[in-house]
Amino acid sequence: MNHWIVAPVVLPAMLAAILVLVSRFHISLQRTLSVAGTVVLLGIVAGLFWQASDGTINVYQLGHWQAPFGIVLVADRLSTLMALITAVLAPLVLLYSIGTGWDTRGRHFHPLYQFQLMGIMGAFLTGDVFNLFVFFEVLLIASYGLMVHAGGANRLRAGTQYVLYNLLGSTLFLFALGTIYAQTGTLNMADLAGRVASLDAGDSAGIRVAAVLLLLVFAVKAAVLPLHFWLPASYAEAPAPVAALFAIMTKVGAYGIIRIYTLVFPPDLALTQGLFDTWLMPAALLTLALGMIGVLGSRRIDKLVAFAVIGSMGMLLSAVAVFTPAGIVAALYYAIHSTFATAALFLLVDVLRDRRGVVGAWLNDTVPVAGGPLVAGMFFMAAIAMTGLPPLSGFVGKLLILDAARASALVWWVWGTVLIGSLVAVVGFSRAGSQIFWRSHQIALAQADNAEYEEAEANIADPSPPQPALPMVAIGGLLALLVALTIFAGPVTRNLSATAAQLFEPEPYITAVMSMPGKVIKDDYHVDDHTDDAALETDEGGH
Amino acid sequence: MELLIASAIGVLTAAGIYMVLRQRTFSVIIGTSLLSYAVNVFLFASGRLTVNAPPVLRDGVSVYADPLPQALVLTAIVISFGMTAVVVIMALGSYLSAGDDLVDVPDPHADIPQAPQTLRGEAAE
Repeated sequence: MNHWIVAPVVLPAMLAAILVLVSRFHISLQRTLSVAGTVVLLGIVAGLFWQASDGTINVYQLGHWQAPFGIVLVADRLSTLMALITAVLAPLVLLYSIGTGWDTRGRHFHPLYQFQLMGIMGAFLTGDVFNLFVFFEVLLIASYGLMVHAGGANRLRAGTQYVLYNLLGSTLFLFALGTIYAQTGTLNMADLAGRVASLDAGDSAGIRVAAVLLLLVFAVKAAVLPLHFWLPASYAEAPAPVAALFAIMTKVGAYGIIRIYTLVFPPDLALTQGLFDTWLMPAALLTLALGMIGVLGSRRIDKLVAFAVIGSMGMLLSAVAVFTPAGIVAALYYAIHSTFATAALFLLVDVLRDRRGVVGAWLNDTVPVAGGPLVAGMFFMAAIAMTGLPPLSGFVGKLLILDAARASALVWWVWGTVLIGSLVAVVGFSRAGSQIFWRSHQIALAQADNAEYEEAEANIADPSPPQPALPMVAIGGLLALLVALTIFAGPVTRNLSATAAQLFEPEPYITAVMSMPGKVIKDDYHVDDHTDDAALETDEGGH
Repeated sequence: MELLIASAIGVLTAAGIYMVLRQRTFSVIIGTSLLSYAVNVFLFASGRLTVNAPPVLRDGVSVYADPLPQALVLTAIVISFGMTAVVVIMALGSYLSAGDDLVDVPDPHADIPQAPQTLRGEAAE
């Protein structure tokens, strides 16, 4: 058994405990340990990704109990890909929070950050739906702490809304799981796949309700239209590094949809026919439209980016809702792209908020931003990527989505919404960028009369306080990743095609999980460790 | 017993949803608690209702109470208990710092800050 699979969960958990207990009062020790932890995590996850990249599906049985009795962690292409995105994002965001001192503005930033990583990694790696719920709760409870990090009335208000909304989401998740268990008698994803497929078509009301409930749960996480209300306020009010890390949280919802609806309720399953064409696709397109209109209508730059997140989730899910391998490839490519693009934008917004003084995030006239050219250039790049203009990865992602949408019955709706939505987003971002960087510049120059003209220009060109380099390095790293994602779009999409192919061939996954030998309960109900014995007593009697 | 359990889940859920839709955080928290009680009973019932059945496998027993939903309920109780504690503290913090306990955020456009009408250079002098 490959024990490395559990390491991405155990490492942050142990590290968080050590950070709380040992280095509570030593911020430099905390920073060192936390950065070292995320770098090691990146190494481990990269190793897992490399192992899964030849198509093998590695299974880890917790406590060595055979599935479906025990909980399994599964490292296949999709899990390791999502874990890798998280592990790449984590150290960069951490560097930013250290460089700007966000981690010292409240207590326990680093332990909570590690717990959050633990939850995200676990959610991506687990092969059991109830365990998925538990890891959702782990990542949520850490995110509650991070969300209100550094306090403040507005942040606490937004935080309370966020927690309440997610509590309701968790309750819904439990209702869905209860229904699934009542219908199938199992919660292991691979086992579920087999049992759902063999359910009697005439008696399918319960399992159909469960499928829709589960879709709703993931839609809450992914901020799909009627369930998106929690996102704008929480992301805009959350501390910047936290909002940047949250960029991966909406993708957890998208991951859930992709995983469950390729494995347990595959697209060709008669029971759940029409779930995507009729419901998910229109919802995704409306989400896209709403996000882009929000971008145009926002009067604050942080709200603007939050709405851009909603728009990008709509874009991603419209690719998922096509539910062809090409659609999944487009969705995954767009997920990688939008994670790094939104993270970079949230960090840039924080830089702007900091340097614009009293005006903060509002799109008002004010003095020019210190260090303008660099920040403006980065904002320009990130905005180009986010809105999907060439030459950056957003454009490639959008092309893939448009191409994949040709398989959908709603192709013209998808094309229209995506293209018009992008145009609206371009207008919104240009307005924000020119307001912040150009208009303030003009005002500053106009206010100075001719005699002071040169002095004013010198003031703009040479900001007085020197700015720390580390935050800029972190943002630059994220933008460099976007550039790399564009340049290596060919190899990346080839890898993603293999991932999608693996998702649409669930048999190897099911076999890998279900046929892995482990401890079982034998006829005489004593634990038996000699597991070659095929005489497996299942718990069918209860149902 | 089926009627009792089913109506208990229904009534708890209905009351929970009503409370969640209220304006003040305290009622909303009561609502989420009621909903979590409802879901706990629901999970318990998902293993089928049995009377006087042993919860673990034993020789010569054909009907037994499914132990898995009970384990799930325990997990769910612990999690919802912890979450409720967190949300109570956060609502309290929000009440103390914002001065009211309404769930919605007040109109953010009420106080848009205005930039100082000076240049950076002048302000520094």
